[in-house]
Amino acid sequence: MEVWNYINGHWLTIGNWTLDHLWLIFVSNSIAVLIGVSLGIFIAGKGREEIADTVLYLAGIMMTIPSLALFGLLMPALSAMNLPAIGFLPAVIALILYGQLPILRNTYTAIREVDPAMIEAGRGMGMTPRQILVKIKLPLAVPVIMAGLRNAVVINIGIATIAVFIGARGLGVPIFRGLRTSRMDMIITGAIFVSMLALIADGLLAIAENKLTPEGLKR
Amino acid sequence: MRRRIVLVTLLGVFIGITIWITQMDTLRYMHPKTYGDLARQTWNHIKMVGIAELLAIGVGVPLGVLVTRPGLKKFATPVIGTANVGQTIPSLAVVAIMAPILGYRFESAIIALFVYSLLPVLRNSFTGINDIDPAIIESAKGMGMSRLQIALKIELPLALPIIMAGIRTSTVICVGTATLAVLIGGEGLGKIILAGLYTQIPLLILQGAAPTAALAVILDTLLGGFESWMTPRGLKKS
Amino acid sequence: MITLENVTKTYSDGTEAVKGVSFEIKDGNLCVLLGPSGCGKTTTMKMINRLIPITEGNIYIDSKDTKTMDENELRRDIGYAIQEIGLFPHMTVKDNIATVPTLKNWDKEKKEKRAEELLTLMGMDPDEFLEKYPTELSGGQKQRVGVARSLGADPPIMLMDEPFGAIDPITRDRLQDEFINIQEEIQKTIVFVTHDINEAIKMGDKVALMKDGELIQYSTPAELLAAAKNKFVRDFVGSDRTLKSLRLMKVEDAMKKSPRVVRKDDDLSEVASIMEEEDLTYLIVVEDGRKLKGWINRQDIESESGVVEDVMSESTGAAELGTSLAEGLTIMLERDVANLPVVDEYGTLQGIVTFNDLQSLIGETYTERGGKHPEVTQ
Ligand SMILES: Nc1ncnc2c1ncn2[C@@H]1O[C@H](COP(=O)(O)OP(=O)(O)OP(=O)(O)O)[C@@H](O)[C@H]1O
Ligand SMILES: [Mg+2]
Repeated sequence: MEVWNYINGHWLTIGNWTLDHLWLIFVSNSIAVLIGVSLGIFIAGKGREEIADTVLYLAGIMMTIPSLALFGLLMPALSAMNLPAIGFLPAVIALILYGQLPILRNTYTAIREVDPAMIEAGRGMGMTPRQILVKIKLPLAVPVIMAGLRNAVVINIGIATIAVFIGARGLGVPIFRGLRTSRMDMIITGAIFVSMLALIADGLLAIAENKLTPEGLKR
Repeated sequence: MRRRIVLVTLLGVFIGITIWITQMDTLRYMHPKTYGDLARQTWNHIKMVGIAELLAIGVGVPLGVLVTRPGLKKFATPVIGTANVGQTIPSLAVVAIMAPILGYRFESAIIALFVYSLLPVLRNSFTGINDIDPAIIESAKGMGMSRLQIALKIELPLALPIIMAGIRTSTVICVGTATLAVLIGGEGLGKIILAGLYTQIPLLILQGAAPTAALAVILDTLLGGFESWMTPRGLKKS
Repeated sequence: MITLENVTKTYSDGTEAVKGVSFEIKDGNLCVLLGPSGCGKTTTMKMINRLIPITEGNIYIDSKDTKTMDENELRRDIGYAIQEIGLFPHMTVKDNIATVPTLKNWDKEKKEKRAEELLTLMGMDPDEFLEKYPTELSGGQKQRVGVARSLGADPPIMLMDEPFGAIDPITRDRLQDEFINIQEEIQKTIVFVTHDINEAIKMGDKVALMKDGELIQYSTPAELLAAAKNKFVRDFVGSDRTLKSLRLMKVEDAMKKSPRVVRKDDDLSEVASIMEEEDLTYLIVVEDGRKLKGWINRQDIESESGVVEDVMSESTGAAELGTSLAEGLTIMLERDVANLPVVDEYGTLQGIVTFNDLQSLIGETYTERGGKHPEVTQ
């Protein structure tokens, strides 16, 4: 009941938090996709197996580091570089890092696992390595990359909530404030909204994933 | 080899930072945490994660296995579906929601951790058994193995690596969630990080963050080693 | 024309896959690369479109050294079909077939027309299949689309690596037959890899038999069967190569042309005296325009009055021109006759194959075995 009252009285604020949250996710994941996909394509190249292994391992370790700890590690590093240590920037950087692994790994494996017969056929018909990448490998990898992005977005919606600790804005704000001031209505409101956001994003990206899957790969 | 170098370097950096800060005289207007404080909070952290994880294994593995059994298969979709949805919900939301329900106390923290750790264990236990090639089960039946023998000699060994992977994922997530659980009455390294955040002393944050990161990496590596040790040789990829 | 000149391939790990191979493939010919697994067939073939770089030696296409050409341009002018087919799953049948035309920037209509044409050529209904995806096709249909795709931009040369390998024997047989017909129409210069001797004999104008990277024998299928160069060839070709060679030869290769005939309305007295004079036991009976009617046997002529038609026996079967000798032999054994008339498509008598001729023909292919009597004729 209190929760309902709170939502009723603050819908504009809640709307703002939601937008802030989405903006943070949008910016960081757009960058994460750019980096992750290009890096994934790069390390999937011939003769880069060792680099790939190291990069993927490093990204894997990254993921195990708790987000609160990563924020803690980022802050002094950023202030040492005279960059803002709290607010939007550290949040975006952390989210880019966390969004990396699922996108990077999925891009890499999808490209590596394209049936060699297909590549052989493409080469035999006179496709250049670039055409093979663009016409065969990437279209076949798109659904897998999309699955990685979806995973990354869901993870990041959660981590963006935690980013309020370092001064980012978003749906973590009511949770954080509520916890500090024992305002149960705020905690519940924040928790509900951020959970809904995650579920909806997951659902929408699942649909997008399906839409982007080439017709012949569906079944 | 390269992996070892990466691992050792990272751990060296994390531990080095911890020692460096702990050796300092003052952090702005206060003293840094002592080795004693660090040891105590590390132990608390491990204790919380340990209790929650054991509970999660105790509930998640049997439940996940049970819903693969023929008579109970109808529960599989709701149970695993719930686990999948649960996994989507941010950890902070799960932790925070315990405060209004159970109040600020250690037990709330444990329960939050348990709930969030349960999901990967549950899901992997289910898929580990459910995804076994039916032909393998069929041929075991054909050779006259009893249901119990099939469960113990075929299904369990084949599913074990996947269940272990679930436990590993769950533990790593749990170490992270435990840093948040201090918000609702938990103990552990998160306390130091939060203290630093509240007092706006970056080095204090770092003094909590670096050992937390080290702890997560160490646990992940140990469990990863355990996982590959438990994987039957025939199932390993080259 | 494709010319291989002392072509050698040594892989980076030291494997000598192809050792100084030289041969020539004439325009419009289908050359089969044959040999046991690992003998270097695929390697040889892939050096032609430079999928595998040549270590030593040269390959010329119409006297142009392939090394001097741009490798992608080269490949776009050489059709390529592989055993695994490798259809692109994210493209429709149409887009798959139009792969090379797309690379060559053909316009849309031309591509569409070409895809339709090729599907029709492959015996598949364009309306039904153009928009389908590879997962929606059967194994045989995929193989056909694979071949259609390699024909996409109408390349003068085609490389086919066991194109009918991944398919059940019955469908394979049908695809081979279809392909032979197609090749008659399109007259491509084809390099065809297989390790199946029967496929090689059936499909090849020439067969290049390889072993351990070396070219052992390069000849027509018939020569391969009749004049094996050494024991390896003999063993590879197999002990039933008489049967194989019969499959390869046509009835016209063994028939006597213009045999003695009588007309069905000839007088019996006349016929009887001819047979007596020339000591013949039988004669073929024809009607207007040398149309085959039947036989007349000497012992059937009891009285000298009447005409041939009164005592002749109706024809029990004939072989049309183009029938293989193996089939001809089967007809003779089934009908229990020692002579097989050969007719054209209108039933006009062209010649006759006798059991004796067949026996001596088979004997020839066995000369290097000391003329041992072949068991197949028993
Ligand atoms: N990339 C490679 N590196 C090293 N050796 C190779 C390579 N590819 C093939 N070979 C070796 O070269 C030899 C010839 O191989 P190739 O593929 O040409 O045989 P093939 O006659 O096509 O056999 P199959 O009928 O089994 O396809 C084999 O001994 C093979 O092991
Ligand atoms: Mg081969």
